[in-house]
Amino acid sequence: MGSQQGPHLHVEGDSLVHRLPAHTKLVGLLAFVLGVVALPSSAHLARLAMLALAVLVVAATRVPWRHVVRRMVVEVPFVVFAIVLPFVATGPRRALGPVTVSASGLEAALTLLVTATVSVLTAIAFAVTTSTRDLVRALQHLRVPDRLVQILAFMVRYLGVVTAQSQRMKVARESRAFEARTVRSWPVIASSAGALFVRSYERGERVHLAMMSRGYSGRLPVIEPLRATAGQWTLALTPAVCAVAAGAAVLVSGWGS
Amino acid sequence: MSTPVLDVRGLAFAYPDGHQALFGVDLHVHAGERVALLGPNGAGKTTLVLHLNGILEAGAGSVAVSGLPVEPANHLEIRRRVGIVFQDPDDQLFMPTVRDDVAFGPANLGIRGDALDTRVAAALDAVGMSEFAERPPHHLSFGQRRRVAIATVLAMDPEILVLDEPSSNLDPTARRELAELLTALDVTLLMVTHDLPFALELCERSVVLSGGVVAADRPTAELLSDAALLHEHRLELPWGFSVEAALRSARDRPDQPG
Repeated sequence: MGSQQGPHLHVEGDSLVHRLPAHTKLVGLLAFVLGVVALPSSAHLARLAMLALAVLVVAATRVPWRHVVRRMVVEVPFVVFAIVLPFVATGPRRALGPVTVSASGLEAALTLLVTATVSVLTAIAFAVTTSTRDLVRALQHLRVPDRLVQILAFMVRYLGVVTAQSQRMKVARESRAFEARTVRSWPVIASSAGALFVRSYERGERVHLAMMSRGYSGRLPVIEPLRATAGQWTLALTPAVCAVAAGAAVLVSGWGS
Repeated sequence: MSTPVLDVRGLAFAYPDGHQALFGVDLHVHAGERVALLGPNGAGKTTLVLHLNGILEAGAGSVAVSGLPVEPANHLEIRRRVGIVFQDPDDQLFMPTVRDDVAFGPANLGIRGDALDTRVAAALDAVGMSEFAERPPHHLSFGQRRRVAIATVLAMDPEILVLDEPSSNLDPTARRELAELLTALDVTLLMVTHDLPFALELCERSVVLSGGVVAADRPTAELLSDAALLHEHRLELPWGFSVEAALRSARDRPDQPG
């Protein structure tokens, strides 16, 4: 009946990472990724250490690795770019097996690959341990503008509903022997998209009516405020502190270059 | 005579595009009554419902809920008193979990903490959905979503429950379960419906809205037995349905089964 499950990132669990309040995790994730991205380009060892740390964080979620690996598909464009980079970059060349590649391109590619993997791994660790509900509460708690939070929350809620509607329209088109093969079929697709937009807009109006009928006055009520102890903040910020410390150490001592 | 829960007098309304939907509606519903609002499509039923909690503002006439006039200054209290359950539960359930959705209304009324938890638990219990509190609404079946939609409104402790087409899109089992649930609730009820047997089962009194006015207001059994009246207002009993037989079987089993 109409209801469809959206893509599921969140995995139920009771690990250390699951139990951290969502807002501490979100701040910890952002700070860590910024810290890793800001590492000096020569700090290869430090970068690898951060990769190991990210792997540790994912391991601490106790989510099966096959689940994590499937989510890592989002990194593919970066990987492709990283593979191409050594061949197209200019500068001094060096031999790499049977081919010669740009030395600086190779270094940049490896840096890009490691940085992207660290970011994606940590983001996955956040996503698999945080429910949509907690993500919304975290954004509310961190004073992200209420309107943006509501847009996000409603998108998550209605993605499945709109997808199901579009699927039903597709089935209805094809049931009348429609096949999208040539440019001639584009107007049909376009008017379907238009109809879908109008229906979604009307649904938005009905949802708004239903909200007002229950006393909505422009803000989503904060039903259970999030709370975090100093210990939880410390734990959530540990990776970020490690990244900043590693970066500082490299800058001060030239270690790792 | 006690103050009616719902007091609609001479209500008229035209949409901004000039289409007039209501031409002077009079309707009184007293505490504890169960009233079915019947009428063909386009009769103005939904328009009337949207006046009951001030979503639409009366062009002429007045609406009062337990003596409190429906006007912008009273909207929050009016929306607490009048609980509207809309036809499509996907329009009504928009929060990430069932619990949050049921808490949305009372939270807007400023209730927090234990008092909020108690309300949510009681409302979910009343519709038999307690075990689904942590689930996202879109993972529930249609019948379950309709029951949660009713809980979202019950949690606001309304004086009157207004249901828009409650039996639509339900399979026969879910429809029977909903009838049992509504029978068990101790609330004043106004039910907009096309489902005449459902109206007969649940409401002792029925009002026909047709062409933007109240065309009839009688006991449901009597009204549904008036074939000429039904025909005039595009209402029809399902094929083979007999009001007498239905009443007889209800008399034979005075207690609701299960």
